[in-house]
Amino acid sequence: MDKKHKVSDLQSHTGVEVMRCYQCGKCTAGCVLASDMNYPPSYLMRLLQTGTKENYDKILHSNSIWLCLNCENCLGRCPMEIDIPKMMDYLRTRSISENKMHPDSKPIIAFHRSFLDSIKHTGRLYEVGLIAAFKSRTFRFAQDLNIAPMMYLKGKLHLLPEKIKDRRHMKRIFAQTIENAKTETK
Amino acid sequence: MSKIGVFICHCGENISATVDVERVAREVGGMEGVAHAIDYKYMCSDPGQTFIKEAVKKYNLDGVVVGACSPRMHEPTFRRACAEAGLNPYLCEMANLREHCSWVHEKSEETTEKAIDLVKMLVQKVKKNKPLDSIKVPVTKRALVIGGGIAGIQASLDIANTGHKVILVERDPSIGGHMSQLSETFPTLDCSQCILTPRMVEVAQHPNIKLYTYAELESLEGFIGNFTAKIRLKAKSVDYSTCTGCGACIQKCPVKKIPSEFNAGLGTRTAIYVPFPQAVPNKPVIDRVNCNYYKRGACKICEKTCQVGSIQWDREDEIVTEEVGAVVLATGFDVKGADFFPEYGYGKYKDVLTGLQFERMASASGPTFGEIRRPSDGVIPKKIVFIACAGSRDPAKGIPYCSKICCMYTAKHAMLYQHKVHDGESTVFYMDIRAGGKNYEEFVRRAIEEDTVNYVRGRVARVYEKDGKLIVKGVDTLLGGQQVEIEADMVVLATAGVANCGSEQLAQKLHVSYDPYHFFAEAHPKLKPVETNTAGIFLAGACQAPKDIPETVGMASGAAVKVAALFSNDELVREPLVAVVNRLAPPLYSTCVGCFMCETACPYNAIEHEDIRGRDGSLIKTIAKVNEGLCQGCGTCVAFCRSKSIDIQGYTHEQVYAEVMSLLND
Repeated sequence: MDKKHKVSDLQSHTGVEVMRCYQCGKCTAGCVLASDMNYPPSYLMRLLQTGTKENYDKILHSNSIWLCLNCENCLGRCPMEIDIPKMMDYLRTRSISENKMHPDSKPIIAFHRSFLDSIKHTGRLYEVGLIAAFKSRTFRFAQDLNIAPMMYLKGKLHLLPEKIKDRRHMKRIFAQTIENAKTETK
Repeated sequence: MSKIGVFICHCGENISATVDVERVAREVGGMEGVAHAIDYKYMCSDPGQTFIKEAVKKYNLDGVVVGACSPRMHEPTFRRACAEAGLNPYLCEMANLREHCSWVHEKSEETTEKAIDLVKMLVQKVKKNKPLDSIKVPVTKRALVIGGGIAGIQASLDIANTGHKVILVERDPSIGGHMSQLSETFPTLDCSQCILTPRMVEVAQHPNIKLYTYAELESLEGFIGNFTAKIRLKAKSVDYSTCTGCGACIQKCPVKKIPSEFNAGLGTRTAIYVPFPQAVPNKPVIDRVNCNYYKRGACKICEKTCQVGSIQWDREDEIVTEEVGAVVLATGFDVKGADFFPEYGYGKYKDVLTGLQFERMASASGPTFGEIRRPSDGVIPKKIVFIACAGSRDPAKGIPYCSKICCMYTAKHAMLYQHKVHDGESTVFYMDIRAGGKNYEEFVRRAIEEDTVNYVRGRVARVYEKDGKLIVKGVDTLLGGQQVEIEADMVVLATAGVANCGSEQLAQKLHVSYDPYHFFAEAHPKLKPVETNTAGIFLAGACQAPKDIPETVGMASGAAVKVAALFSNDELVREPLVAVVNRLAPPLYSTCVGCFMCETACPYNAIEHEDIRGRDGSLIKTIAKVNEGLCQGCGTCVAFCRSKSIDIQGYTHEQVYAEVMSLLND
């Protein structure tokens, strides 16, 4: 496999063997986002199997890898037990590092960043902070603004963050994870 | 007046739930000529049969009608009961009140009336029945096996091991067939010759097997248990009784450029040759078409080389006659050549091979000693393309069927290529992967996952040559029809398996049916896969349809068991329900006019000629006579006969008219 699939280090990083896929299509059949994706998961597997740079770039440029929710429906049902969510994670990393992200990825990446920032600084999900960070990143100030008052009245939005005690610990986890990822990609 | 006994069965509730069985018995009991009529819950049970036996004796019955289930089910039962009571079994008839009446109708007056009609018809018929005796045919306990491939070898060995004599006829100079040409076999990758050659030797040494190689069946006459086979022993031009098989003649033969059939045209052979080193028998024959002496009248180098003087120039074809009781057809199949494919170059590109040629190339005994090399320049191909379904599943090419073995051998070929050429790249174009069989799917997955064979779903449109490369234009249908173009060094076509040449003529000689593709037809697609519709002739292997080695061997053993079962009898007992040409005696005469329309109509070759002579010995006329051994009682001759001189015993015109008239007269 390796000799033919040099364009990607997918297998060495994730353990996913794309040649195991026999194109039954069960992953696509059950995927909740397949209809919105450029390439549904089974098609993406076939693109990877061809092992060409051209098809690999198609994947990195596609919105499929970003729309994937990692719900693991596909993995749970795959007769060959291929870990598609793990593969998607890897492909997203590659897409970012090669700067080939699909335009649809912008708000998604912004959301992920904002979410992780909240966790990193407070140890918890700080909704107001998340919303503020997301909006400042995407300039989508008006989005969902109308439901904010009702959420506030129902006690879903707290103005001040709830923090955990040992926040330095949380920062260490983040630092460690990023460090690990760096050594892995080397 | 006749004395008929009528017995109506309830079949539990199967019949009595919808048919008023008591009324049936009552009404039929009132018919003219019916001496006794009863109904009972289970007529086939022991007490039920006893009723019949006792009634036959008590009322001195001369006919019995049982209204019950299908005669397929219990006619033998009731006929046996009658026979035990001293009544000829063919005076017992069954009315099918279950499948033909109670199971297919609602409970009603009409249903009961139909049942009454059915029984009445049979009562009228049985009045016309005549006592018949079953036909006994002697059995010659010797089998003829045609074809010495793995199917013929297996069938011969199995029959021979039951203690019966076998005559094995092979068209080529050696037995072994296609299996001897194969390199390794799926799904275990064990060497084909290594498992086959011991069996070939066993055949040659078996005391019960008489082997005729370089021979063909000339004609087959007779019927089950009593065939006469004429076998043409083609002139080998070598005296096998003195030849030692030293091979000196082969080395000296000056005609060396004949394409070798064994190597599927990839290698060459001489005019005096042994097909392959492990041949059985390992003695040469002279190919008279290519031999210099037979072509021009001069050469005879082999004769000079031969130290024992075995060359016999004036040897002629010989016909031997063998009496056999059963025939096993094991003539195998053939593969289409690359010249069958205009889109892949009509076979003019040297590096476009057939699967069989690749097989020879991958074989250690092959022309390249097992190395994969391009036939054009001997270079090891770095990129190879395998095209599955080449010809198969292609109605436009006249082959709509699946050749069954190609998916597996293509996977094997690609695997062998990857094992032999480590930096090579192999691509398989396929439509579906049909890997049904023990360990087959796993084998294909191994080729894809471990041996990195690139499988692309789609058919190849074209192969053409450009700058020394073969350009393969295919498609990946799993990518929504993305076109794939590969610059290959070599292309291997998994060409369709087709009927062996001459199979149509052979089938006609043997009166065996064949399908539109000239594969021999089995008697029943599910329940009689090794029988043909001609009694005593059985099928083994790929002459029936393309199949792989395990299936072929299984089928051959199946055919052997059928033969052994046949030979376990000293004589065959057959139902006398055969056609007869009427004879009015005395004087010995017949209404037959001798037009022999029946002879042209008979699918079983059962019509013979018989002379009717006067007292002075002068010929009055020649009439038809039915061979009881061959006749299957199909009735085609009866329909054809213009003078109504033929009848099927048990279903004579008189009997059938009586049945029909009973319905009309009601």
